[in-house]
Amino acid sequence: MDHAPAPAAPPATGQVVLALEDVGKSFGAVAALRGAQLELRAGEAHALVGENGAGKSTLVKILAGVHGPDTGRVLLDGQPVTLADPAAARAAGIAVIYQEPTLFPDLSVAENIFMGRQPLLSGRRIDRRGLAERCRALFERLGVALDPDRPARGLSIADQQMVEIAKALSFDARVLVMDEPTAALSGVEVERLFAVARSLRASGAAVLFISHRFDEVFDLCDRITVMRDGQWVSTDLARDLTVDQVVRRMVGREVSSLFPKTDVEPGEVVLEVRGLTRRGVFSDVSFDVRAGEIVALAGLVGAGRSEIVRAVFGIDPYDAGSVRVSGKALRKGDPAAAMAAGIALVPEDRRQQGLVMELSVERNATLTRRWKLARGGLLSSRAERASAAEWSKRLQVKAGRLSDPVSTLSGGNQQKVVLAKWLSTEPTVLIVDEPTRGIDVGTKSEVHRLMSQLAAEGLAVVMVSSELPEVLGMADRVLVVSEGRLVDDIPRARADEDSVMLAATGQAAAGVSR
Amino acid sequence: MSAPLTKTPAPLPEELAAPERTGRRGAALVQRLVVARELGILAALVLLVVVTVIANPRFLSGQNVRDLLLSAAILTVLAAGQTMVIITRNVDLSVGSVLGLSAYATGTLLVVAPDLPLVVAVLAGMAVGAACGLINGAIVATAGVPSLVVTLGTLYAFRGLDSLWASSADRLQINAADLPSGFKSLGTARLLGVPVLFLVAVVVVVVVGYYLRTFRSGRELYGIGSAPEAARLSGIPVGKRVLTAFVVNGALAGLAGVLYAARFQTLDTTAGTGQELFVVAACVVGGVAIFGGSGSVYGAALGALLLTTIGTALPQLGLDPFWRDAAVGALILAAIALDRALQLRLAARLRGRNARSDR
Repeated sequence: MDHAPAPAAPPATGQVVLALEDVGKSFGAVAALRGAQLELRAGEAHALVGENGAGKSTLVKILAGVHGPDTGRVLLDGQPVTLADPAAARAAGIAVIYQEPTLFPDLSVAENIFMGRQPLLSGRRIDRRGLAERCRALFERLGVALDPDRPARGLSIADQQMVEIAKALSFDARVLVMDEPTAALSGVEVERLFAVARSLRASGAAVLFISHRFDEVFDLCDRITVMRDGQWVSTDLARDLTVDQVVRRMVGREVSSLFPKTDVEPGEVVLEVRGLTRRGVFSDVSFDVRAGEIVALAGLVGAGRSEIVRAVFGIDPYDAGSVRVSGKALRKGDPAAAMAAGIALVPEDRRQQGLVMELSVERNATLTRRWKLARGGLLSSRAERASAAEWSKRLQVKAGRLSDPVSTLSGGNQQKVVLAKWLSTEPTVLIVDEPTRGIDVGTKSEVHRLMSQLAAEGLAVVMVSSELPEVLGMADRVLVVSEGRLVDDIPRARADEDSVMLAATGQAAAGVSR
Repeated sequence: MSAPLTKTPAPLPEELAAPERTGRRGAALVQRLVVARELGILAALVLLVVVTVIANPRFLSGQNVRDLLLSAAILTVLAAGQTMVIITRNVDLSVGSVLGLSAYATGTLLVVAPDLPLVVAVLAGMAVGAACGLINGAIVATAGVPSLVVTLGTLYAFRGLDSLWASSADRLQINAADLPSGFKSLGTARLLGVPVLFLVAVVVVVVVGYYLRTFRSGRELYGIGSAPEAARLSGIPVGKRVLTAFVVNGALAGLAGVLYAARFQTLDTTAGTGQELFVVAACVVGGVAIFGGSGSVYGAALGALLLTTIGTALPQLGLDPFWRDAAVGALILAAIALDRALQLRLAARLRGRNARSDR
């Protein structure tokens, strides 16, 4: 990107405005943050980087007053504060721009920006004219051509983001937190956003910038804090760091041998995806998967991986391209046809998409086969039970009784039920989206062993995963998705954390022929 | 909290200044849509009246119109309160029972103490309603249970309480003869020829409408209904606002109970039965979105007036009053269709505007 010469980044010598000390936060058994720390100085732009799941979003929510820390302290101007709710965080001068815009679709743009802070006339009445004028003034400063009176419904994501920025700007924030604000913005819009961030910084505010785009991080920020697995890793001046160093710190851990993929001689091409495009989501995605192969789709959250597999399976529509299974073209937008052709999709969110939580284990496990198990249109519970019993034995599902609701099972066992449900359809292509998210280590390796075994039996497996060790341990090939495009196809021998991360963050894209 | 450091951020570089503004062409688009919606109901109302008058010129006689306004008054007060609740993406199904309880309480109070000033009786009825609303709102706001279920429960609970009270007090019915004449005259009193009860309803609508449009907390009710999660993130005290909406709605249902007592003067424990769905229907016909976030109390009031008018106009048109329910049903469907059409038009216009403002 070509920028106007940025003012030389001042050394981070400003007063510390906001600090987190040794902050811990757990959700149930999962520790999202352990001993996290952060220090924001007046007049600095500070980057927070880390892999998916490093705890960045949790940290943002603590700053925003959405979550309270379990341990540790939040210091404002050196004094411990409790940000009990979002209102308290606002009162403390902390503005947060979330990854997903949080607007009121029915209200006007101006009201969205000034909600709860509308200019008042006497008697605490809202000054509507003043409201629109202040909104216009803000937009002028931002260089946005938006009508303050139009409803927020129907705004493009970029415009919504601009409204969020105007909101943050409108209450003279001392601390501006931006959680991946540029994901949906075009070059010009990013420039505009950065100009705002710089002008805020110049007037003494602290800016916390969270992004996976290193060019932007290095372009805007004075200091960089790296997080990994919920912990603080390092904080340094940006000019003392290189992209390589940052990536290494983000990844940082050993690739464990937890994931044993047995080598299989790949067979025929089973799944053939050509030029798959869904406007604004992903474009020109082509790949093959052979029998016995495990192919991983790696990339950052929001890169479009889940959307691609959903389109392949027919849940989401696509605008161009084709999907072939065992040489036969698949009708688009028709999951039933995809199932008939031998594709199975284990979805990302097992509670919402994979299971009917209130139904029994056996009912869930046989949902995909209810027509095959039926006789004369009536489901035979005996056939249902037998089928469920067989599969739960094969997958070692630990359930009290198969008639218990599936919600009583642990996350790992629930995932096995979802797998049983799909494996019982005897697919030739198995798509698994985040197969081990939120399940314990022991069950995790069982799931991995199972996938490896299935591949050895000739199944073609497509795995979407945000966990790099899992990707590197399981995949024969790693397809890296970045911003809706396949940017790299890395064979097992060449795949390591650096190569995948660099491609995923758009750094290696230049070196790859597309 | 200490003063912000960023009083006057530096201006943006010249090349990033605003491209040509789209101007004021679409000023107050949101507002215009609301007005368009209200004009739609008003047109339907006028059409209905004109058709009925053609069929039966006496439809617009003084007494007939006064009866109509009296009937509409109670429904309008209920609709004004219900609007506040629906806007927050909630609903209160217990208002019919609250009306019954408040009417009975007010009647009992006046039988026991006939010399009580009128204002005290009215305030007592509203207090009974507010207490019911407090129960509804507290459960909804703290327990996180959908208001549909909570108020379905209290619909029966409040009605049961009413019956229990009436049977234990051995006063299953309160008759006109038991009520003080000062109170009874409220039901028939006129000001410049207009029934006082209707004027009360008009005042309620104007006050609620002004509040919802002009005060921060009123706008926050819209925000809560439009996007609950966003409301939480932007620091709106969601629980407190929802609770307030339920309490105000309860108080207005209580007021409706007092109006009911004054108008009908014969009270038993079935007063207001079945009103809840009729009220919700009035709101929906009036353009209050059932999923919250949009609609106005003026629209809801027009909806109430329209539904009441249908009830009295059908016999005049020579139709069996049994047709009323079918007509109300058709009206609800028509209102939904109109909402959808307006929404699509708005979406199309906004798309056009986006195309203009994009470089």
